[in-house]
Amino acid sequence: MEMTGAEILVQGLLRENVEQLFGYAGATICPLMDALKATPQIRYTLVRTEQNAGHMASGYARVTGKVGVCLVTSGPGATNLITGIATAYMDSIPMVAITGQVPSGLLGRDIFQEVDITTAVSPFTKHNYLVKDAAQLPQILKEAFYIASTGRPGPVLIDVPIDIQEQKVEDVKFPEEVEIRGYHPSIRGNERQIRRVAEVISKAHQPLICAGGGVWLAHARDELLQLAERYSIPLVKTMMGISLMPTDHPLNMGMIGAHGNACANKALVKADLLIMVGCRAADRTILSPSEIQRRMATIHIDVDPAEIGKNMDAAIPLVGDVKVILRQLLELDAPAPDSEDWRRQLKEYRQAELTRTFPRREGSVFPGTVLRELGRQLRDDAAVCVDVGQNQIFTCKYLPQKKGRLLTSGGLGTMGYAVPAAIGVKIAQPERQVVAICGDGSFQMAMNELAAVRCTGMDLKILVFQNHTLGLVHQIQKTEPYHGPVGVDLDGSPDFTVIAAAYGIPSLVLDDEDRISETLERFLGTEGSCILICEVHPDVGTND
Amino acid sequence: MKQTISVLVENRAGVLNRITSLFSRRAFNIDSLAVGVTDDPSLSRITIIVDNGNSVVEQVEKQLNKLIEVIKVRTLDESTLIGRELMLIKVSANKGSREQIMTICGICGAKVADISPTSMTMELSDTSDRVNTFEDMMRPFGILEVARTGIIALQKGAGKI
Repeated sequence: MEMTGAEILVQGLLRENVEQLFGYAGATICPLMDALKATPQIRYTLVRTEQNAGHMASGYARVTGKVGVCLVTSGPGATNLITGIATAYMDSIPMVAITGQVPSGLLGRDIFQEVDITTAVSPFTKHNYLVKDAAQLPQILKEAFYIASTGRPGPVLIDVPIDIQEQKVEDVKFPEEVEIRGYHPSIRGNERQIRRVAEVISKAHQPLICAGGGVWLAHARDELLQLAERYSIPLVKTMMGISLMPTDHPLNMGMIGAHGNACANKALVKADLLIMVGCRAADRTILSPSEIQRRMATIHIDVDPAEIGKNMDAAIPLVGDVKVILRQLLELDAPAPDSEDWRRQLKEYRQAELTRTFPRREGSVFPGTVLRELGRQLRDDAAVCVDVGQNQIFTCKYLPQKKGRLLTSGGLGTMGYAVPAAIGVKIAQPERQVVAICGDGSFQMAMNELAAVRCTGMDLKILVFQNHTLGLVHQIQKTEPYHGPVGVDLDGSPDFTVIAAAYGIPSLVLDDEDRISETLERFLGTEGSCILICEVHPDVGTND
Repeated sequence: MKQTISVLVENRAGVLNRITSLFSRRAFNIDSLAVGVTDDPSLSRITIIVDNGNSVVEQVEKQLNKLIEVIKVRTLDESTLIGRELMLIKVSANKGSREQIMTICGICGAKVADISPTSMTMELSDTSDRVNTFEDMMRPFGILEVARTGIIALQKGAGKI
């Protein structure tokens, strides 16, 4: 059977069970777009700037566990996508990005819309391909999806010159399986190490689990909760792991890190054993790794051996799939540690945090107060996508978690992530309650994507904390060694209610602490999408 | 401390670029890097000399292993490795100095690769230390040009990586 490169790509996508693409068409991707026209099984969402194709694919991938796929043209299409790819790389999101490219015979001549995208993305893709022969496409596509979704997941880019998309190939065979000799991710944890870990846990008095995004990536939330409950180990979370344990779980101690909950950081300082599960111990999370190492025993469980010892040395490293390792540990059924005093002590810290009272200001609302009430009103399995900045920190610290998901750009800290990611989630799971939470800075980075909300008529709720400044930077600039806020006032911002109306989306404004509950009820109860603008005082800080 | 890392990679376009960009991105320093195909034409061997602390070398190994096209990575034990470097060195030479140069070549085991009325070009394959010594010995004659390959290395004995 003779097929063009574009037809091979479409067949390959179908064979990988791809149902949804996020993209932006352009000249060099036209053959592939044309082949997709005859393939209604694969839906396509047109973004308004390519970066958001990456974020939508990310939101889609994170809630489905499938590979998110984006499709853009060469040159500026590809470079605009870079931030989306880098964001996915830092958070280990399975993604395949297909970029059009100028004709292969003209590569290197700096012709119209040519850019060397594979070199440009090589520091933040798990792997990438520049296709030189359409006959290799079946193999490349199979490898790309396999690499993106296994081991530590991540983005893979396939750059396909337009003539390769048009190239005819005879006798196309699609491989059923893939064997890459340089790629064999570890699955099972070393049995001896597992036994050592169980022994160390049994002997600890003040054990603490620190869980990160790797637990979600391994689909191991249930195993994590079982481990914590079986051994009665209190648990702190990184920003990427925030929704792993419900807020009201007796073992939950909240989020650690520079912007974390005080109770979580206190627990981290006082523990005698730290079990890190699927987290990187990055700079904003564990502020002084050397101090932690000096004070307590550490166990580090991760699928990526390079993470162990990168930021912090672990006394016991345990490399493998987090889900498999946690099951191995559960099977051992070692005696639980004697940690009753420890848990009692932590409970006091936790209680102080949960009952903390927030400040009130006339004519504005405090984000923490709004978020506590929002969490109360949200459905159990709601998905919340939160942007970057104060809105993110308030949400991670104070939004009560139930059994849903909280998605944010934890690694790269990409403003403008929330709205497109939420659209990706909504497209994947139309029945799920989905809320995007933004600041007025980050909302303006992605509000062009309201077009996707409008044209699908989706039910997406967007909450914007409007404080007329880049709040977190404002907050940093007010502290030593800086001399006060500069270059952060969001002058010239539009009236968001008018923006909403322009897209045919209803909006609400909240600037009164006494009306939080009823306004949120109206917001969440609105049929279809709704934008809620919460007026926040510019001087509000995340530690207030 | 200098350490020798031997890396087996897919012999494909773009692989060397991935390796070097990894080093620059992770802020690892390369002292020298030599690459060539192996007995298996689908594989290349890259020998990298790095000058970093032990923990850095461990991270280099792990990060290299993450590259899909990297098949094997091994830091070679300094006491049991055979490392060689090839140098071509062109020096000023005339009737008066040729004999002296030949004597030093004899002592150091270098061969004459080219000769002209005013110059001589020698080749020497040896350990980096001995190559350095030879270069020092040639300096008084007036070095015109030097080209060195960087070290390639294998482990002693029948074992392989």
